[in-house]
Amino acid sequence: MMTTPVGRVTQGQFSFLPDLDDAEIVLQIEYGLARGYAWSIEYTDDPHPRNTYWEMYGLPMFDLRDAAGVLMELNACRATFPGHYVRLMAFDSTRGVESIAMSLIVNRPADEPGFGLLRQEAEGRTLRYTVRGYAAERPEGQRY
Amino acid sequence: MNHALYAIPGMTPALREPVPAPAPAPPAGARTVGQMLERCQVEPVLDELDRDLVGLAMLKQRVRDIAALLVIDALRLEFGLPSRSPSLHMCFTGNPGTGKTTVALRMVQILHRLGRSRKGHLVCVTRDDLVGQYIGHTAPKTREVLKKAMGGVLFIDEAYYLYRPENERDYGQEAIEILLQVMENQREDVVVILAGYRPRMDVFFQSNPGMHSRIAHHLEFPDYGHDELLRIGDAMLREMDYAFDDQARVAFADYLALRLARPNFANARSVRNALDRARLRQATRLFSERDRPLTREDLTTLVAADIRGSRLFTTAQAA
Repeated sequence: MMTTPVGRVTQGQFSFLPDLDDAEIVLQIEYGLARGYAWSIEYTDDPHPRNTYWEMYGLPMFDLRDAAGVLMELNACRATFPGHYVRLMAFDSTRGVESIAMSLIVNRPADEPGFGLLRQEAEGRTLRYTVRGYAAERPEGQRY
Repeated sequence: MNHALYAIPGMTPALREPVPAPAPAPPAGARTVGQMLERCQVEPVLDELDRDLVGLAMLKQRVRDIAALLVIDALRLEFGLPSRSPSLHMCFTGNPGTGKTTVALRMVQILHRLGRSRKGHLVCVTRDDLVGQYIGHTAPKTREVLKKAMGGVLFIDEAYYLYRPENERDYGQEAIEILLQVMENQREDVVVILAGYRPRMDVFFQSNPGMHSRIAHHLEFPDYGHDELLRIGDAMLREMDYAFDDQARVAFADYLALRLARPNFANARSVRNALDRARLRQATRLFSERDRPLTREDLTTLVAADIRGSRLFTTAQAA
């Protein structure tokens, strides 16, 4: 459960691939900007698959024309949270869509212990399952 | 980074090493300045600048110099010679209405054509857009503006307002520091143009020597002379599909002579306002003749009466 061939958290785009370098990230950002998306940066140290809402790093960046602006903000976020998961998200504001169109992890901790599956025995032979990150046992801020 | 926990048969090992960057292209293509100019299509913009803007000879020469440097840099790059991207931050000083914003717009096009500005857009801001209202408000605001300007040109109008010496706790200083940092570290990404009136900009630079030394090009916009203003008026009318008749042109020359002597003369902007008022009077004149069929000429011609109707003439006679 939760274990992938790459042995690390796989969420969003390109997460089975080796980490994108900055030039490749810039290409992705440019693609999003060309489609009219607004990029935003989020970070967390609790990458549970059901943890949809990560912390926002600054406000979403509307009206940008060039990837350099997003990259500047991303580097500031990496410097602030070097051991956290950081993801870039592109918001598509087209009427009727109005949701996140792209999402990619651009920074991750050096060591990712992964997730454990907890089984709870319930009435009869019922089993209830829950997923718990090993790192999440420690308090916030000391997880990675 | 974690290693794979198991292998899938037939799986190719993930590529961990970054792909080596391709070697710089051999010097193919443009060899001469002419070819490079043709390729980047910058000459039409330069010619347009020469044609559309009246006067400003020194300034046009300076813009051409900058363009020449960029073209030569591009040629150097073709030969694989190192070319440190030059600092292109500029400062436009001049009185109101001398064409600072107009030249900034053209500058953006030139930089874009020469590949020095990736997106070629102009972000015009003033103090209000950069400086916040309370502690901790300025930095995000300034950074947001800078992010929007990345890949283009940031034009800070009336830049001297950023620094208010009379209030030592003014947040403007914070905005200046962030600007300086980005101007230095990301000079490939953004070109900053400061604009303002000469005496006030001098005070601004005296109190911010770091800003002065980081700006490579200080461009001075001189005031226009009487004849230049007349030509500007003609050009503006042509743009709006109007024209003076002969007497109106004389009247407008008289008007300019009177207006130049008055305070608060804002060069081309005053000319534009004067022409707008003349159009108002022309409209009123035509409006009063209800039954006359109007020709195309009537609608496009400003006559002497439209100019002479200005209050300036009546006050001049009274004086």
